[in-house]
Amino acid sequence: MSTADFPSLTAGMIAARVREGTTTPADVVRASFARARGVGAGRDELNIILWSDEKAALAEAETLSTQIGGAAAGGVLAGVPIAVKDNIATLRLPTTCASKILAGYVSPYEATAITRLREEGAIIVAKTNMDEFAMGSSTENSAYGPTRNPVDIRRVPGGSSGGSAAAVASGIVPIALGSETGGSVRQPAAFCGIVGVKPTYGRVSRFGLVAFASSLDHISAFGRNVDDAALATEVMAGPDPRDSTSADVPIPSYREQFVSLLTVPNPLDGVTVGVPREYFPENLDEGIKRLCDRALDHLRKLGASVKEVSLPHTSLAIPVYYIIAPAEASSNLARFDGVRYGLRIEGNDGLREMYEATRSAGFGPEVTRRILLGTYVLSAGYYDAYYRKAQAVRSLITRDFTNAFSSGVDVLFTPTTPTPAFQIGSISDPYEMYLSDIFTATANLAGIPAMSMPVGRSNDLPVGGQIMADHFAEPKMFRVAYALEQSLGEDAHR
Amino acid sequence: MAVSHDDVRHIASLARLAVDESKLDDLVRELNGILTHMDVLREVETGEGEPDTSYTGLPATSTPLRSDSSGPIPMMSPIESFAPATRDGFIIVPRLASHVEASDEAVEALADEISTDE
Repeated sequence: MSTADFPSLTAGMIAARVREGTTTPADVVRASFARARGVGAGRDELNIILWSDEKAALAEAETLSTQIGGAAAGGVLAGVPIAVKDNIATLRLPTTCASKILAGYVSPYEATAITRLREEGAIIVAKTNMDEFAMGSSTENSAYGPTRNPVDIRRVPGGSSGGSAAAVASGIVPIALGSETGGSVRQPAAFCGIVGVKPTYGRVSRFGLVAFASSLDHISAFGRNVDDAALATEVMAGPDPRDSTSADVPIPSYREQFVSLLTVPNPLDGVTVGVPREYFPENLDEGIKRLCDRALDHLRKLGASVKEVSLPHTSLAIPVYYIIAPAEASSNLARFDGVRYGLRIEGNDGLREMYEATRSAGFGPEVTRRILLGTYVLSAGYYDAYYRKAQAVRSLITRDFTNAFSSGVDVLFTPTTPTPAFQIGSISDPYEMYLSDIFTATANLAGIPAMSMPVGRSNDLPVGGQIMADHFAEPKMFRVAYALEQSLGEDAHR
Repeated sequence: MAVSHDDVRHIASLARLAVDESKLDDLVRELNGILTHMDVLREVETGEGEPDTSYTGLPATSTPLRSDSSGPIPMMSPIESFAPATRDGFIIVPRLASHVEASDEAVEALADEISTDE
């Protein structure tokens, strides 16, 4: 395998070559690091990677090579290099959530999702840049500076998992992990022209994911195509005794159906695609509207019937989300107090001063803002008006989806974002930035699976189409996505 | 509803954040800017009471109870490798500000007080 052809290889191809013995895990790791250097993934350039250790990754690759015949060496991800968002615990590389408060922290255990990927032969090569504690939609809120979009370096890669999206889009790794609380994988996938999959709430264990908003958080995968993203999701899925919210629900194969889809003339015969009118507002970006319409034409040609539906509470998702997520964050982030890990700044006098000095120095402006907002909506006198009300409206948003899926709709198709990637530094109003999640936060609130896939380019910028399905209906979601990807072909990237 | 400077001082104190007075104006403005958008929720008819199952409608099988037998999760590196200050395997924290070093006289006075109460 040459360094030149590495960026075009899918995870499936790499693993097959490693299993056949036509390439070695060490060669793959070397190619990944060479690519990272080639595209300028470091701090001073695209700022995609925060932490990596080539020597340690190569040592892991060598170990894998000596275990031929072992489970990992013969795994579906044998030798596949994977980049991981900096809020997912890994053993040798730091886990800092791109925050000063966790500077230098190396976790004493690893996330279950990481263990499962490694058991299939994957090699963790890098920890990627992100918005601090996953709070943001542009990766500009990192304590280590913004990541640049490899498609257009003046623009953001989206966020909060912008580093992982950029790592896949620039060919450093075929698969990367991110986390989703309101769209933090789908939105950057759309901005960078790749695939991002948020599974059903509870489908993938969150053990080892640094908690932001526990009723909304998911570990999610990026891939350059649908097959790789489905592969990573399938490997990570399943119950975990260390995460009591992980679901004990059977995991059907997501990918077995793909081959048969290629051989039939109308692979989506009998599939009903719902198009929620609230996701196509009057002021939707012209190019995004055009490319979504084109994707819907492809879906019709594939045999699907397309019908308009209504999800009437959609416009309430952002107000609801920005009450519930900060409320949960204000509680989850109470643990960063200078006592057990990371930064400690001794105040002038006593424990309380240490808490305040550490937290004020360690958290950046957006994290501080959200902790304050969350504390406010949970505080006495405001709880009912904000938090309790938001939870009640959340139920209405969920019911919109339940109604759509029970009326015979198999999947929903929408744009992933209201605009393509915006320029770095162009959005300074916090609420305007929050609106970037307007089409994605709904799926987190309802816990349903949703994914973004490239459907074309508008003014040279990637546009993402979103496919959503009912709880645990990932197979349907992937089936439609795969058929659409095959039908779009090269048009998905032009 | 709008937050005042005192509200922000109060919630910052609840959240154990020392907010710089010079940043207070901006924070009040930003928080009020965000909260304005939340007012729309008050107009929504939601009825009384909690939802039947969960807010997401996920089945009960998605959050199974596990047995309490999984035990501690083994750590690959010792506490000293990540905690800011430790001694003998324990984490050291500064003393509580409310705790005052007691002089012998103060201890005796307290003991007298307690025995008088009895």
